[in-house]
Amino acid sequence: MAVETQPVSPALNQPAREEEEALREQLMFDPRPREELNRMVMESMYSTSPRYWVAVGVLTALVLVCLVGMWGYMIFTGIGIAGIRKPIYWGVFIVTFVFWIGISHAGTFVSAILRVFKAEFRRPFTRAAELMTTFGLAAGALYPLIHLGRVWVFYWMIPYPNARWLWPNFRSPLVWDFLAITTYLLSSTIYLYLPLLPDLAMARDRTQGWRHAVYKALALGWRGTEAEWFRLRKAINIFAFAIIPVMFSVHTIVSWDFAVGQVGGWNSTIFGPYFIIGAILSGVSAVITILVILRATLKHMDYFIRPEHLDALGKLVLVFSMAWAYFFFNDYLVSWYGGYEVTRRILTLHATGPTAWVWYCMLFFNVVIPWLTLWSRKIRRTPWAMFIITVLINVGMYFERYTIIPMTLGHQRFPFDWGEYSPRLPEISIAFGTLCLFILLYLLASRLIPLVPVWEVREGQEAHKVVKVGKTVVPSVSELE
Amino acid sequence: MAEQQETRERWGMVVDLDLCTGCNACVTACAMENNIPWVGEEEAGYGRNMFWIRVQRTWEGEYPEVSPAYQPVMCQQCGRAPCEPVCPVFATVHSEEEQINLQVYNRCIGTRYCANNCPYTARSFNWYDYTYQIPAPMNYYLNPNVTVRRRGVMEKCTFCVQRIRAGQEQAKAAGRTLQDGEVIPACAQACPADAIIFGDLSDPESRVSKAARSQRGTTLLEELGTQPKVTYLKGGGYYGG
Repeated sequence: MAVETQPVSPALNQPAREEEEALREQLMFDPRPREELNRMVMESMYSTSPRYWVAVGVLTALVLVCLVGMWGYMIFTGIGIAGIRKPIYWGVFIVTFVFWIGISHAGTFVSAILRVFKAEFRRPFTRAAELMTTFGLAAGALYPLIHLGRVWVFYWMIPYPNARWLWPNFRSPLVWDFLAITTYLLSSTIYLYLPLLPDLAMARDRTQGWRHAVYKALALGWRGTEAEWFRLRKAINIFAFAIIPVMFSVHTIVSWDFAVGQVGGWNSTIFGPYFIIGAILSGVSAVITILVILRATLKHMDYFIRPEHLDALGKLVLVFSMAWAYFFFNDYLVSWYGGYEVTRRILTLHATGPTAWVWYCMLFFNVVIPWLTLWSRKIRRTPWAMFIITVLINVGMYFERYTIIPMTLGHQRFPFDWGEYSPRLPEISIAFGTLCLFILLYLLASRLIPLVPVWEVREGQEAHKVVKVGKTVVPSVSELE
Repeated sequence: MAEQQETRERWGMVVDLDLCTGCNACVTACAMENNIPWVGEEEAGYGRNMFWIRVQRTWEGEYPEVSPAYQPVMCQQCGRAPCEPVCPVFATVHSEEEQINLQVYNRCIGTRYCANNCPYTARSFNWYDYTYQIPAPMNYYLNPNVTVRRRGVMEKCTFCVQRIRAGQEQAKAAGRTLQDGEVIPACAQACPADAIIFGDLSDPESRVSKAARSQRGTTLLEELGTQPKVTYLKGGGYYGG
């Protein structure tokens, strides 16, 4: 690959038409003065329409009724109001748990991987992706509690010193899960917080009243000296590298909840990478969905989020869709070749059983739709099309978890015990409630924290060079980091 | 302590499928002995009955020459139980004393992971507070020797551990060792065909270990390596053949 560095602006060497297009397309080539960028981000935090408050009100009500109310009712009456039954002890709760954990994984993944590989297009949306991680975890981490039969003693899973010298069972994947998710929540929150410091200081200097007090406390006295920048860059770099193995380990551990057991169809050795790829596929799709919504609803976001970002993320989705298809195929191929009767029967039932439509929808949404559409540069750059495609991919990924959990549990080794499962209202309501919680948290955060890392965008716009990779011209800030 | 070491039993069970008539007496007796709640018609129809032992009815042969085959299945008291390592709070444990797999109801938080991981589907879950719904005089049927479980906990066959303990204590009080056949669980006691044999597998002369060594003997899902303590006899022939 021929890489040549041209330390000049693109205007000198490129033909006029391409230059114009690059200016329109690339955020890097369309710089604005620092004050204007700051003002735009601050304005986006301050501008709320009546529609926004209606949305906040409706979502709060939905969270209170569907999540808090229904969960309270379930604690009061017993988990029997959910649809789970004898052979299928895990249903929609665990499906939604894996779904949210998967969503949350890719937020940090996108941010950290792109930072490590110095992909410049990441700059305006790293924070939006990292916030998705935090809120996805907030929604997902509720489920290990929700699905418990006796939630009031959940803390027995925590290793804490007690008079009876009882410890959790460290051989249990659920304890690994608990530890892994806590680690991930802490590290991804720090990773979200570090690049936020300069922006919080920026917001501190431009606000009055309670906002000023909050930002002042959160900005930790950031002044922007050379030493502070040096340390911040170093810390972000360390975290970006360190969080990638954490991210891989966490979703591998979530997959071990299933793979370590000896349930037919679960005890597969490729579940670790299979779950990671699935998580990234659904998470990157969710990032696109969120970016499209932000672009349409938040003021000035159409300056920061451009078709080039959707384009680049769309390519990622296509690649991960192919990787997912490979692992999916592999899971079936190895099972078929293994010839174990139980697994073979389960896999056949996925495709031919009474709930086979879930299986076909999964394949259609996860493979057919992205493969048919995302090849096209035009579609990748059309926000509404990307919105529909990515939402469908996430529906497909939900169906994948549904296939793996209840549809597999229902047809285990004793045909006498086979059973069908269909979710009941409380399960659907709670799953919907956490979706509302996620959106609500995001809505509130969009007006409380600068959703665009201004300093990173500014840094890119100021310090980039133009690098020619093959025939493409891309901006690069490699010498800076 | 040395005395205890000598008398440590390895409890086991043999179910003779050639004798089983599928009458479900074991199911009823077990439910009475172990305070297993009656969940109601609707819940049972949905697959939430809580029996610790069930009689699986399958059909043998090709139509029209079919005959029913019955198989009582309870917790197999695995030597290497898949349910044990997955519990995050040690609520399902191997008892050192009786060498069986026990459920600590007070410790259980209801993750239901053990039930997913049990290849025999031997565990049942308290979806609601069934026992508290028993109308007033009916609560006298509850066996005082067995814990009444509240909602949100898992439960399963214990080989009638309360009977094992009672038998051991009686023998100890009388200053003798347990005799073969002195301890029998409710299912074996109720079986009219004497198809369920219970006893000490470590004693080579006990009735249960003789039957377990039978050529007709097989264990369920042997390929999983769970080392069940329940042996099933099937294949016709005379007793012990």
